[in-house]
Amino acid sequence: MNNILVTKEVTKHFGNYTALDKVSLEIPKNCIYGLLGPNGAGKTTLIRIINQITYPDQGEVMFDGKPLRPEHISMIGYLPEERGLYKSMKVGEQALYLARLKGLDKVEAKKRLKYWFDRLDIGDWWNKKIQELSKGMAQKIQFIVTVLHAPKLLIFDEPFSGFDPINANLIKDEILKLKDQGTSIIFSTHRMESVEELCEHIALLHRSEKILDGKLSDIKKAYKKNRFQVGMYSENGEIDLDEIKTKFKLSFVAHDLVEKQLNFTVQLPTSDSRGLLSYLSEKGNIHHFQEKIPSANEIFIQTVQSKSAHE
Amino acid sequence: MSKLPLIIRREYLAKVRNKSFVIMTFLSPVLMVAMVVLVAYLAQVNDAEKRVVAVLNQSDYFSTDFQTTESVSYIRFFDIDLQTAKDSTSNMGYTGLLYIPSEENLERVTQMAVFFTKDSPNSIFLKKLEWVFEDRLRQSRLQQMGVSSKEFATVDREFEINTTTFSGEQNLKHINEIKAGIGLAFGYLIMMFIIIYGGFVMRSVIEEKTSRIIEVIISSVRPFQLLMGKIIGTSLAGLTQFAIWIVSVGILILIASIFIDVDLNTLNEGSDVIKNETGDAMMPIPSISETANLYTQEVFELPWLMLISSFLVYFILGYLIYSSIYAAIGAAVDNETDTQQFIFPIILPLMLAIYVGFFSVFNNPHGPIAVGFSLFPLTSPIVMLMRLPWGIGEGGVPVWQLLTSILLLLGTFIGIVWLAAKIYRVGILMYGKKPTYKELFKWLKY
Repeated sequence: MNNILVTKEVTKHFGNYTALDKVSLEIPKNCIYGLLGPNGAGKTTLIRIINQITYPDQGEVMFDGKPLRPEHISMIGYLPEERGLYKSMKVGEQALYLARLKGLDKVEAKKRLKYWFDRLDIGDWWNKKIQELSKGMAQKIQFIVTVLHAPKLLIFDEPFSGFDPINANLIKDEILKLKDQGTSIIFSTHRMESVEELCEHIALLHRSEKILDGKLSDIKKAYKKNRFQVGMYSENGEIDLDEIKTKFKLSFVAHDLVEKQLNFTVQLPTSDSRGLLSYLSEKGNIHHFQEKIPSANEIFIQTVQSKSAHE
Repeated sequence: MSKLPLIIRREYLAKVRNKSFVIMTFLSPVLMVAMVVLVAYLAQVNDAEKRVVAVLNQSDYFSTDFQTTESVSYIRFFDIDLQTAKDSTSNMGYTGLLYIPSEENLERVTQMAVFFTKDSPNSIFLKKLEWVFEDRLRQSRLQQMGVSSKEFATVDREFEINTTTFSGEQNLKHINEIKAGIGLAFGYLIMMFIIIYGGFVMRSVIEEKTSRIIEVIISSVRPFQLLMGKIIGTSLAGLTQFAIWIVSVGILILIASIFIDVDLNTLNEGSDVIKNETGDAMMPIPSISETANLYTQEVFELPWLMLISSFLVYFILGYLIYSSIYAAIGAAVDNETDTQQFIFPIILPLMLAIYVGFFSVFNNPHGPIAVGFSLFPLTSPIVMLMRLPWGIGEGGVPVWQLLTSILLLLGTFIGIVWLAAKIYRVGILMYGKKPTYKELFKWLKY
């Protein structure tokens, strides 16, 4: 089995409202899987079903090849978007309690907590109360509690909210380390730049349905439109734009007179760019030539908008 | 599951370590005592104002009465008319003027006597005045009939009818009130516990919601486990509090008995003396201590084992029912101010149970109202406990009623906990909505 988690036509209703409509996903092992979608798309409901907080009305969830069962709880770590800790409880005591709820015994939990507290350099917080800590500090504790029981599957819902950039980076590095150690990670977020940076696979939910999923690189390939960005030097005389325009479809033409650069985008009918490149190289010096690959953000917006327009 | 004890432990410690809990535990007995002392003191202060009463006695009677005491000073007017007496009484700011006119006999004198005051007079003081007149009247009437006061004392003796059961055991008149009182104490204890600790459960649920830890927790344990852990942990904290109170009251009583040194033997001796003085060998009147002993014996002979075990059954089931409703309310709202509309309907049956118990169980412990309310599950924990001091079976609560009541309670318990758990499960993840009953009903179907 190469998938840590598979959902088969998972459907969930709340009264008359359908939160999930036959959502089928395959989440591969040892990968960071981006679960994307606008607000109210059903991401949180799906995550709660995976965590067995709620149960699907129809459909099936398989964890590591077996139907999802209560004993799988100890193999899943979940950092919810709405998160917090008991305010008047001491940090160490609280972390220990949450770890033991995940099934760790006391001695083991203490050992691991000590390791993580040292690693994130927060050893002296053990006897502090949560209400004495800043929001970012509490988030660190929350992160430790989520990963402490070394789950096979980690689910992060907007993990970076509430962190300053330095700590966000620290947490990002920890997430990547966990992935290298073999953990599978579901990553739910609106922040597309972190999707670009972290995710190998994505699924896009919109209005309770999955409208797109797969390997991010494959999706990008599918969404590219044979557009090429070209930058040429124009200092050695004028480049005859009009001549190029008769041969190719140009857009976004910009002539930078100070730097003496000409930038434009070419739309080709196929992905074969050899003709364009050899033609352009005869016309002048090229300082850059790049196929325009859509960003995750563009794909997200485009897909959601076209889906909405169809309805 | 081994997680439930963990949750219970956390809930218990969170409650017990709370500063306000510690303060309340140790301070509230002191506060209670202080309150009683304060009320007594205030009542005394209120009545401490010394009364000055003017007396214009024109008759030949009452010359030795109306002596100044600690609380009342009597000032006598001589040789002035009533109008002058009235004027000077009000000018001097005295409490009142007692006017006893000159008439041919005591009967006339007492009929014509008037007590003048500015406002309507204090009823207790008035009663005392009247006693003086009554006493004099009685003496004079007895004299006319030729009966000595001593003879009258033997005649004017209170009578109490002997009451026994058909099987010939002595029956005590006030035992029903004592029994109802014991039942009421049990019922009241349950009500207080439910209201206080149900409230704690509710606040604890709201705290988990507002601190947003709830989703972290229920990704590890089932909401039902958390609900039960919370209810049990909180109730254990409550029992701890009660245990501390009982022990400290016990210690207080022990200390008090050493210092004050009141023991029953001295009481017994005192009453023996009274008995000897009356010296009536033919028809022995039970002395106060004998009656008290009979009552004590009767109270001791109450089916305590049954009472305590049924107290535990009703207490546990009743508390679980109500506290799971409290938990559901806590889950449905975002903050404590929104709870009011839901709390009133819970407190209503509890209050009803106490009042119904107080008025109908005292009158007739096995009357239709008492029976009805001791079967109805939301009131039975309180009302049935009030009836149980009469025993089970003949003369007491019929076995079928007890069984029906417990079965109904058990069924309701399962139903309510199931409903509450459903509302709880949905509610803890809902934010920003002020729910209506209609909404709660919808949640049941999620």
